[in-house]
Amino acid sequence: MTREVLIQASYLLASVLFILGLRSLTHPDSARRGMQLAAVGMLVAVVGTLIHHQIVRYDWIIAGLVVGTVIGYPMGMWVPMTAMPQRIAISHMFGALAATLVGIAEYWTRGHGLEVGRPEMAALGFEVMFGSLTITGSFMAFGKLQGILPGVPVTFRGQNVLSLSLFAAMVALAVWLVVAPGNPAAFYAMVALGLVFGVSLVLPIGGADMPVVISLLNSYAGLASSATGFAIGNNVLIIAGALDGASGFILSIIMSRAMNRSFRNVLFGAFGAPPPMSVKTSVGLTVRSITAEDAAIQLAWARKVIVVPGYGMAVAQAQHQVRELAELVEKNGGEVVYAIHPVAGRMPGHMNVLLAEANVPYDKLKEMEEINPEFKNADVALVIGANDVVNPAARNDPGSPIHGMPILAVDQAKSIIVLKRSMRPGFAGIENELFYDAKTSMLFGDAKASLTKLVAEVKQAA
Amino acid sequence: MNGAGLVQIYVFVLAGFVGYLVITRVPSLLHTPLMSATNAISAISLVGSLVAAGSDQNRLATILGFVAVTSATINVVGGFLITDRMLRMFKRGEKPGGKGEAGK
Repeated sequence: MTREVLIQASYLLASVLFILGLRSLTHPDSARRGMQLAAVGMLVAVVGTLIHHQIVRYDWIIAGLVVGTVIGYPMGMWVPMTAMPQRIAISHMFGALAATLVGIAEYWTRGHGLEVGRPEMAALGFEVMFGSLTITGSFMAFGKLQGILPGVPVTFRGQNVLSLSLFAAMVALAVWLVVAPGNPAAFYAMVALGLVFGVSLVLPIGGADMPVVISLLNSYAGLASSATGFAIGNNVLIIAGALDGASGFILSIIMSRAMNRSFRNVLFGAFGAPPPMSVKTSVGLTVRSITAEDAAIQLAWARKVIVVPGYGMAVAQAQHQVRELAELVEKNGGEVVYAIHPVAGRMPGHMNVLLAEANVPYDKLKEMEEINPEFKNADVALVIGANDVVNPAARNDPGSPIHGMPILAVDQAKSIIVLKRSMRPGFAGIENELFYDAKTSMLFGDAKASLTKLVAEVKQAA
Repeated sequence: MNGAGLVQIYVFVLAGFVGYLVITRVPSLLHTPLMSATNAISAISLVGSLVAAGSDQNRLATILGFVAVTSATINVVGGFLITDRMLRMFKRGEKPGGKGEAGK
């Protein structure tokens, strides 16, 4: 009895510390301390569990803790910040894997479902459904981000029908199991369908939609943990899973709003996004290209520069050169701030992490709503590998596939310099009229190489 | 549905509500650390995995439990470490030119 009280007390303490930890994330100055407290909470819950009366042997537990630490430590300490999207994606897979396996073990142990009551079966059903689709879905996302799998959307005829049928069959099996839990064949078929559905969910998703998908998988992994809590009657799991589920859900809503996609679209991922089509053509428009030398002169004299980073900066790993250039402009008496679009990059907050890594102070990283009124005062807007998030077509071309998406008002700046590899259209395959604007000059080449040149030239110009 | 099940639903709904209130106030600046933080926290499923791996019910449950303990531990250890690493990078800029940091 006292043992049970101790365990519950450790869980309560852990839950409180988790919530305090998340609350500390509302400000960067308090965040680190708060998350360290949350880690202490985790330790308390684990130690509390180890005195559980059901635990009679420790060999496999110790083995798992050791192997997990040996794999987890390098994944925490040595993975470079540029690899963060795929790192986050794979961690959703591990979380979902743990939840799913616990669910399967539970079902197996309780007489292949014969000793499972209906409410527990409902919980187990949710647990392994969310879990199994998140395992393969996250692995697909990881593969695409890591470049093991083709990053372009893979689509074929009847894809939506197939995905929906998989989903419907999985849910039907879950309902059947709740009615009659003692049906192992149906249980394992449900797990298998979940795994296949996870693949079909992420297959049609391309790079630019990744922020939404990663957030969704984050939410699903949390809900799987929460369902585990329901299945084994453990409140701290329910609470932590609900926090994770809520967080992922909120992030996916923020991301989808920033891409002007509907709420229904969020719930089912980027399920059946129509293939993007190019409406504008570049016929009859001319592009003004600029040399690094001329661009450097503009930057050296600028009073206010707004840097607009995009996925191109992440690919070129040019964040350190960006900071170097910004410091030179500041030394010349100019002001530099950064305009961060919510879906720039491949995951929520991607640009912020990269620039913070390059020692850019966080108070210079401005959100879209805050920075947009300032573009008209900017002498130079420096666009580095961003495309769709600065495309004015989102505002003034009702026929454009991205019409209605909130964008950064780069076209209002006094002059615009775009660093871009080539004139190839961005992810959505849409021409960007910003590049043909009279105020825009294009500096072609790899972002890192161009920035290195710019830094050298600005040093001379100053 | 028994009483315990109802209490669980209470807990779930209230925790979700708290999560909503707290997380909507997290600035987009910290959205990546938020993801890795919630991921580390939800690796609390380690607790369930420990029971599965250590209760010696049958071989399959023990082995599945072992793999689950491993996966969850990866997320606990890796998740909290990487969150801390990211949060350590977010620094406020000093107004005067001397940054004090390795800025040059």
